Amino acid sequence: MNAIRKFVDKIKPDFQKGGRFQYLHSTFDAFETFLFVPDKTTTNGSHIRDYMDMKRTMSMVVLALVPTLLFGIWNVGYQHYLSHGVESTLWQNVIFGAWKVLPILVVSYAVGLGIEFAFAQMRGHEVNEGFLVSGFLIPLIVPPDTPLWMVALATAFAVVIGKEVFGGTGMNIVNPALTARAFLFFAYPQDLSGDKVWIAEKADAYSGATPLGQLLTNEPITSLPSASDMFFGFIPGSIGETSTFLILLGGLFLILTGIGSWRIMLSVFAGGFGLALLFNVLGPLVAPENSYMAIPAYYHLIMGGFAFGAVYMATDPVSAAQTNTGKWIYGLLIGVMAVLIRVLNPAYPEGMMLAILLMNVFAPLIDHYVVEANIKKRLKRFQKAQIATT
Amino acid sequence: MSETITIKRGLDINLQGEAQQAVNQVESSLYAIKPGDFFGVFPKVLVQEGDKVKAGSLLFFDKYRDYIKLASPVSGTIKEIRRGAKRVLLEIIIEPDANQEYVDFGKEDFRGMSRDAIVLKMLESGVWPMIRQRPYNVIANPADKPKAIFISTFDTSPLAPDFNFITQNQGVVFQTGVDILSRLTSGKIHLNMKRGIATSAIFTKMSGVQFNYFDGPHPAGNVGVQINKIDPINKGEVVWHLRPQEVLTIGRLFTEGRFNAERLIAVTGSEVFKPAYVKTRIGANIREILKDNLKEGKLRFISGNPLTGAKIDRSGFIGFYDSQITVLPEGDYFEMFGWALPGLDKFSYSKTFFSWLHSKKRKYRLDTNMHGGHRALVMTGEMEKVFPFDIYPMQLLKAIMVEDIEAMENLGIYEVDEEDFALVEYIDTSKTEIQTLVRKGLDLMRKEMS
Repeated sequence: MNAIRKFVDKIKPDFQKGGRFQYLHSTFDAFETFLFVPDKTTTNGSHIRDYMDMKRTMSMVVLALVPTLLFGIWNVGYQHYLSHGVESTLWQNVIFGAWKVLPILVVSYAVGLGIEFAFAQMRGHEVNEGFLVSGFLIPLIVPPDTPLWMVALATAFAVVIGKEVFGGTGMNIVNPALTARAFLFFAYPQDLSGDKVWIAEKADAYSGATPLGQLLTNEPITSLPSASDMFFGFIPGSIGETSTFLILLGGLFLILTGIGSWRIMLSVFAGGFGLALLFNVLGPLVAPENSYMAIPAYYHLIMGGFAFGAVYMATDPVSAAQTNTGKWIYGLLIGVMAVLIRVLNPAYPEGMMLAILLMNVFAPLIDHYVVEANIKKRLKRFQKAQIATT
Repeated sequence: MSETITIKRGLDINLQGEAQQAVNQVESSLYAIKPGDFFGVFPKVLVQEGDKVKAGSLLFFDKYRDYIKLASPVSGTIKEIRRGAKRVLLEIIIEPDANQEYVDFGKEDFRGMSRDAIVLKMLESGVWPMIRQRPYNVIANPADKPKAIFISTFDTSPLAPDFNFITQNQGVVFQTGVDILSRLTSGKIHLNMKRGIATSAIFTKMSGVQFNYFDGPHPAGNVGVQINKIDPINKGEVVWHLRPQEVLTIGRLFTEGRFNAERLIAVTGSEVFKPAYVKTRIGANIREILKDNLKEGKLRFISGNPLTGAKIDRSGFIGFYDSQITVLPEGDYFEMFGWALPGLDKFSYSKTFFSWLHSKKRKYRLDTNMHGGHRALVMTGEMEKVFPFDIYPMQLLKAIMVEDIEAMENLGIYEVDEEDFALVEYIDTSKTEIQTLVRKGLDLMRKEMS
């Protein structure tokens, strides 16, 4: 450890002001702070500080996501061999899955971090750790057969247009990882929707439709996978979204560590479940032919990207509502919107992405009214005091 | 007895080195008054180096608010008038005499005195600055009519002194102080107590006050929180507040007829061998107080508590309002992969370090490292967990950052002070200097309103 520290100290002057590699200052700082927590001490204000920092926060989110990724890798392999009707072992599944998924992860990180470093350098900022999470999320929300160049393009779009043009980390309006997904969704609709992309190198004869796709084409409910398959994730879909069980486990971890907002997670589920229940009641009355309205309400929570969106996407602290009251409203509306789009919109099978992006845009407005209520309350107190004194 | 107000959003930080209930007498060889202890004071010095002063002789007054006058806490010789960059007055240092002499302000019975006469006596003796006001946390203006006066009788900050112990056997003086204060306002005197306070405490025997009971973690003892819960400040209103030792000093001015600057100071912190109380005076030099009582290593000396105190050096002076010295280890070291380690010894509000497995009563040795680099404000909902006001802290801070006066006022800046944001600063993942920011906001606001 001492040797590494000595080496870092030795090369440090080259990267500081006036040094040979001064233009690489941010990059050096990023690597140095990765290796060592800096020796910077407090000067005024609180003399002691919590050990929690941005690196810890972000690495905890990545840690929560690891089981989802590992399962996703396995499931990509499993679905592939299943479609071909071939018996496969655990290791065959994992190797095939890793072959498909890891390149996407590498491309997402390389492109995203490359751009992040370049922007930090340009602005003379520290490199923010936020992309460690975004870069991990992107592979988990794309179909396993997404071409790598599309991943690269989408990541670049998300970082530059979704984040940096607004001023970088902490300033963005919408969730960067979802921006990447939305870019793919709207830029390459032929390539990345339908029934063929959800299973990597699928056999042609095999259907490969996701439960959401099946419902969109009004297939009977009985043709859906079992609820337990959908809950544990043995279904086709985007790489990380299928296992609701592992997603909830990760969510629980984030709630216990105090990083993820339980208010948002809970209210998204509540909103979605509530509206689905309402559809159950109204369905037979208004649209008996719509099988989507008739599915058990909890199916919505275990199908598609609902759980993943609720736990990892809606909770992004920068693009979500920031006040506690606002978080409830924001979450409920996401759940409601997602189910609304799924059931009533004939074009898109999945509504989660659009629901979150839409509410990202409305989050500042929600906060505005919540804060405004607080201001009004204070003003009222002031006016009451004025009347009392006169 | 009124009902208890329970504070839920907060955090107790348990540190090693709490002061034992024993008192050592220490005579420091130097004392000082530091204008920096008072916000917004522009000192005009009345003495020169080499001058003889008594305890209670005036040292300086404020150029713009001439009612603010500061007196010498001891009798002796002005040793040095220390100035810093741009000739800013840092310290007026006094070398004390062996035998203390006091300016005599008379022992006239205050019951027969008018409010003006009482105020005049407090101003001329340099005792007035003991009273501070909210908003802005500056020295009170005697021309104001405060709507109430608040005294917090307990301190919940880390390693805080025990005011029950400090004030013991001084009931008569304390009552005199309270009686004087009640002559200064037509409003109430709020004596804010911790729930379950020992009946031996002198506070329980006071008359002419309203008792309020509080419970819960830090910042339950902060007067700002208490004001917010009992009688929040509206625009244009002023409340005054004092700490128990300041009430004692005011009481002694009237019972003894002199500025008696004696004070019990809690000497605390993990780097002190025997943490205990010392009896000294306002502005004492800490060198003699800490002699032979310090551990090895690079140390941080703080006048006040670890969350809000001022950094002073090894031979620095205790601040005017402080009842505590804290000595902590400096944190100027690199820690390899520190952000990734399990962290059994790393006290954290979050549960991401395994220190949460320990009992809540475990005492920690914390240093002054920032534990991370400065980053963008990303996390939300974090500040609210330790900020028990009906105020949106992040929104208020952002209003200060962009210097939006109207938004600051709307969001409740009159009700807060730096110290109310100390815990917010402590847990902040982005490592922003939040207390400095709050002070900037208060100064801006004060300038705007005057």
